[in-house]
Amino acid sequence: MNILVCIKRIPATGGKVSLTADEQEIDTRHLGFTVSPHEECAVEEAVRLIEANGGSSAVLTLGAEVSTEQLRDAMAMGIDRAILLETDGREWDAGSTAAAIVEAVRADGMNFDLLLFGNEAADTGDYQVGIRVAHALGLPCVTGIKSLEIKGGGAVAKREASGGWDIFEIPLPAVVTVKEGINLPRYPSFQGRLKAKKKDIARAKPQWNGNQMEKARLKIPKEQEHQVEILGNGPGAAPKAVEVFQKLGLFQK
Amino acid sequence: MIIALIEHDRGKLNESSLEMLTLGRGLGLPLHAVLIGEAARPLADRAAAFGAATVHVVQHERLAEYAPEAWAQCVVELIESLKPEAVLASGTDRGNEVMAHVAAQTRLPMAANCIEIKLGNPCVVTRARWGGSLLEEARLNGSTHLLTVAPLAVEAVESPARSPTINTVTPTLDDKVFRVRVSGRVEAGAGKISLAEARVVVGGGRGVGSAEGFKPLEELAELMGGAVGCSRAVTSLGWRPHAEQVGQTGTRIAPDLYIACGVSGATQHLIGARGSKHILAINTDADAPIVAAADYAIIGDLHEVIPALCAEVKKAMA
Ligand SMILES: Cc1cc2nc3c(=O)[nH]c(=O)nc-3n(C[C@H](O)[C@H](O)[C@H](O)COP(=O)(O)OP(=O)(O)OC[C@H]3O[C@@H](n4cnc5c(N)ncnc54)[C@H](O)[C@@H]3O)c2cc1C
Repeated sequence: MNILVCIKRIPATGGKVSLTADEQEIDTRHLGFTVSPHEECAVEEAVRLIEANGGSSAVLTLGAEVSTEQLRDAMAMGIDRAILLETDGREWDAGSTAAAIVEAVRADGMNFDLLLFGNEAADTGDYQVGIRVAHALGLPCVTGIKSLEIKGGGAVAKREASGGWDIFEIPLPAVVTVKEGINLPRYPSFQGRLKAKKKDIARAKPQWNGNQMEKARLKIPKEQEHQVEILGNGPGAAPKAVEVFQKLGLFQK
Repeated sequence: MIIALIEHDRGKLNESSLEMLTLGRGLGLPLHAVLIGEAARPLADRAAAFGAATVHVVQHERLAEYAPEAWAQCVVELIESLKPEAVLASGTDRGNEVMAHVAAQTRLPMAANCIEIKLGNPCVVTRARWGGSLLEEARLNGSTHLLTVAPLAVEAVESPARSPTINTVTPTLDDKVFRVRVSGRVEAGAGKISLAEARVVVGGGRGVGSAEGFKPLEELAELMGGAVGCSRAVTSLGWRPHAEQVGQTGTRIAPDLYIACGVSGATQHLIGARGSKHILAINTDADAPIVAAADYAIIGDLHEVIPALCAEVKKAMA
């Protein structure tokens, strides 16, 4: 089977972020870069499916030249080849991103059985690129998947729903967007990294036709002022903590 | 007018829809609610109580189970006949999914997880990015604005009750839109306290040090009738299952008390713990972000503090 995984380069934030002066981006001067955990799992899922079923896998991203770092990370995990849809680094909205991916899938000529995406990009959280691609290609789409099994000509996909699971049986080819937890991604091996470094990356420069949703500015949400009460140091603070539990009514059944 | 898609599962309302209606009725246009499937008809009064003047019940024999493309097709038909200024849904798994299908089909822009909406052309929204740790002000162009409302962005408040006008519609749905539908279910396991609903969550981070290190956390959670949670560092190390991860790409918790042990308090983790009424941080580092975010803190080694806590809790409960 043939699988395409779509990923996106994002800053590896963790602490408080600051914005650039024009309020258009996160200030990344002191940050590394990564992909969303959902997408890391999509890459891992593709590698496992190809290991189990045979075939070939490709990874694609739309972004600036520097995004080749994330494509190589994916190849280091075991993806066979990579496609960069190179931009000047500006943010493409979900509609234009999806259109560029659709064009690239058509141009690639390979018949993909499965197109994997993360459920939502960690930075923009648009929740729609995979679905837009599916519509344009006329494919079925399941989202938020945490378990995927290939069976005959189709797939059985599960997603969490109010503590249990919803089960979907879908025909292939299909678009599947996954969530972190579907698997535990491997760490790329040293050899994997070396191999990935030497691989060619296929490139295309899609035409940007403007965004239907325009970003005016980013804002850091105001935090509510509050005070932390230090209950003490070490195990000696335990009685005081239990007093707090009692005050909060936690022991009432 | 605005149409608001009410989310339900076989007739059981998803309460986020009430928040969405509360926000929607303040936008200055008549609010029409949409209920998909006959099982949802009894929800019309709830929708009205939260601001819907008209309720459209979509009737079709194949709509008993959730099917995202079919739901979207129903909404698209309503857009065509009612020409609304905006369509609202809640920013839940299903809400975002259906709206994205509507967007794909109509080629309209969609803004997910809005917390503020100013209708007009362009429509200006403030929406959650990075799971809500960053906001974006965005402008949407298009004939109908497709917007989902971030859960917990507004509090659901009833409006003076009135009886809604009910309009039953029957869509034309071809086979294709049922390619993807819920074809089976596994119901939630009974007995076990779910992380999302636990009153107390005892969470562990990298500071716990090992999979075995979670034993005392499990004991504390059990004593307090709570659930165990963890950080992404912990799931990545394989110490705990991902189902226990709190955060942007894990579960969002809303307990009365979250006891965060050996967790540094990265933004993506804190986003998932934001619904906690109180946070107690246990950390060796008084400058860790989790301490600043907490209401109470114990500075110290969790391997000493948690057993002491367990002993004190047992005493208090005896
Ligand atoms: C897009 C994206 C999404 C993410 N989603 C999530 C998510 O959903 N959930 C999540 O948790 N993370 C998420 N992360 C990762 C996040 O940024 C952090 O890397 C992670 O939360 C750190 O986990 P931690 O606090 O356990 O580890 P660390 O940051 O390493 O912190 C360990 C803490 O333990 C303390 N400590 C050490 N030893 C002890 C001891 N003996 N006693 C007491 N304290 C001790 C240390 O002082 C420190 O504060 C995401 C990251 C990205 C980029």
